[in-house]
Amino acid sequence: MHAAPLVALVGNPNAGKSALFNALTGARQKVGNYPGVTVERRSGRATLPDGRPLELVDLPGAYSLDPLSPDERVTRDVLLGTQAGERLPDALVIVLDAGNLDNHLRFALQLIALGTPVVVALNMVDLAERDGLVLSAEALAAELGVPVVPTVAVRKRGLDALKAALAGAIGTSGAVRLRGTSGAPPSDLRALQQRARAIARASVVSETPTRRITHALDAVALHPVWGTLLLLTILFLMFQAVFSWATVPQDALDALFADAGRAVSTTLPEGFLRGLIADGIIAGVGAVIVFLPQILILFLFILLLEASGYMVRAAFLMDRLMAAAGLSGRAFIPLLSSFACAVPGIMATRTIEDEKDRLTTILIAPLMTCSARLPVYTLVIGALIPNARVIPGVGLQGLVMFALYILGIVGAFVAALVLRRTVTKGASSGFMMELPKYQLPRARDVALGLWQRAYSFLRRAGTIILGTTILLWLLLSYPKPPAGSDVNPVDYSIAGRIANAGAVVTKPIGFDRDITLALIPAIAAREISVAALGTVYAVSADQGTAAGQAAITDALKRRWSLPTALAFLMWFVFAPQCISTIAVTRRETNGWRWPAFMVGYLFALAYAFSGATYWLAVASGL
Amino acid sequence: MLAPALTLEQLPPRAPALIAAIDWARLAEPEAKRLRELGFDEGVGVEMLHRATLWGGPVACRIGRMTVALRRPVAAAIRVTQTG
Repeated sequence: MHAAPLVALVGNPNAGKSALFNALTGARQKVGNYPGVTVERRSGRATLPDGRPLELVDLPGAYSLDPLSPDERVTRDVLLGTQAGERLPDALVIVLDAGNLDNHLRFALQLIALGTPVVVALNMVDLAERDGLVLSAEALAAELGVPVVPTVAVRKRGLDALKAALAGAIGTSGAVRLRGTSGAPPSDLRALQQRARAIARASVVSETPTRRITHALDAVALHPVWGTLLLLTILFLMFQAVFSWATVPQDALDALFADAGRAVSTTLPEGFLRGLIADGIIAGVGAVIVFLPQILILFLFILLLEASGYMVRAAFLMDRLMAAAGLSGRAFIPLLSSFACAVPGIMATRTIEDEKDRLTTILIAPLMTCSARLPVYTLVIGALIPNARVIPGVGLQGLVMFALYILGIVGAFVAALVLRRTVTKGASSGFMMELPKYQLPRARDVALGLWQRAYSFLRRAGTIILGTTILLWLLLSYPKPPAGSDVNPVDYSIAGRIANAGAVVTKPIGFDRDITLALIPAIAAREISVAALGTVYAVSADQGTAAGQAAITDALKRRWSLPTALAFLMWFVFAPQCISTIAVTRRETNGWRWPAFMVGYLFALAYAFSGATYWLAVASGL
Repeated sequence: MLAPALTLEQLPPRAPALIAAIDWARLAEPEAKRLRELGFDEGVGVEMLHRATLWGGPVACRIGRMTVALRRPVAAAIRVTQTG
């Protein structure tokens, strides 16, 4: 038995490939407007009208078979059958943006010349018509000599016709797939482009001047003053939403975990199990899950900005500033994503063509304040920064939070500047990119994207965070001090002894034993440090104290000085690399050299800045 | 009847023009390639859309039915003739 035929979806960025892939397979994945949102291999199953199964793979968007970026290289290698881990496709679905034919046809001509059976999906015909362009699929099919099916992927129109055409294309190919006979794809770009334009002209039924809506919106969005104000407003709204909208569900979740902890404490007998569940699991994991609403709101904004087409406009506005740091406007998108999490941010750097540029962006991405740091900031600020008004409407706590974000950004900017003059020295790369049409984000796609984020966060909470929390609780609880001794149980435990040794290094920057203890598991995931503090203080707490967030806050108020709190915040601005970030950096840079460099320079910065903050704060009498 | 040649960077917004010549030698190799791939070529219609940017940021122009952002040095390497 042969495996199901492999069909590759291929086309220019912004042709709507991912949407078509979603519609054909029902797979769960994200749809965006930004060129290169498709960066991973995505495959799914579909069934032809005659019942045959198909394996579909969604290839990264490309402009030609002559790759400039790592993304495009994957596409070319799959199409030529040289990509490791992928068989040669049995057929291609070439996805064209109907509104952009003369450009997209050039790549299509190269693809048709490969000799693989082909069906063309003339996608987004509705948008083209809204824009005043009426095309004839028949005329295009006659010119190209391959089947052409009009589709509107986001509305699932034309899918049956597409599958029928695909059945025909695969049926005719049989075993006579002649690989290599077509030789090298035509590489004379100019000749191809001229032919593409001629074909596009022949396929046009009627045409009016282009996209008034997008142009009118861009007149504001790209304007040096209004556009910049708009961008700042959007970013302000985004962070405002993260902190204000999230409080209601957050308080509810916190109450839930506190109740659960109390319920366990009252029903289970005193002993190992009660300690493990109430102090270990519920206090630890609960402290992290409480932040799910904030993380989802942040991702909601990022998904909406991407899907609407605005994200690229933001990159346009930011290009000048990024150029000053030796980067390109393209780096703005990975960096903004890094505010949610550095892992998708670092993966999104694959659309940056210049290697040095890309490497620099990867190295500074962890300086963007990721959502995992939010729990830490929120907790420490809430506990130790006075809830005072600086000026009416602006609180001191909010201001400190804002300052931490700004500090990360400034740090990243300076780091990029230094890196581009030293380790990643090289000519500055350009900024040349397509600005896609604006689109209303589709609720279903955004909901799917959010669900994926929520799921992966909860899975982390259920695996890494749960595991680390249990381990930490065990290390903190054993061995027990002998009965009748007045030694602090934490000091007597294994973890306490390790941390007491580590505190020699961290004492100069104002961290005591408990903080050092919380920093160690933070390497697994930053937000664990909150869970760890929760566990440390729960283990050493007197019986009958409040449960949940309130308990940790109380403990911090009693045990931490302001200089320590500030130094701790500073540490998190720069340092702790979570394991996932290090792993993804290793994968994206093909080796340990760059992740090792990144960890080294960030820890050095963290140590220096925490220390300086601590001593300055002490010296100024805080 | 064609107006004297100027560069795309100097082209006033919304004035129809054709690309007269592209100074490929002034562009880095990958830049030149990407420019070709986006459809920039001699004889193709082009239009400046948004060129007012702070401190010499990028410009946005229309090529075919597509809006493309370019940095100024690249736009300055593209010579155009106004047709309107």
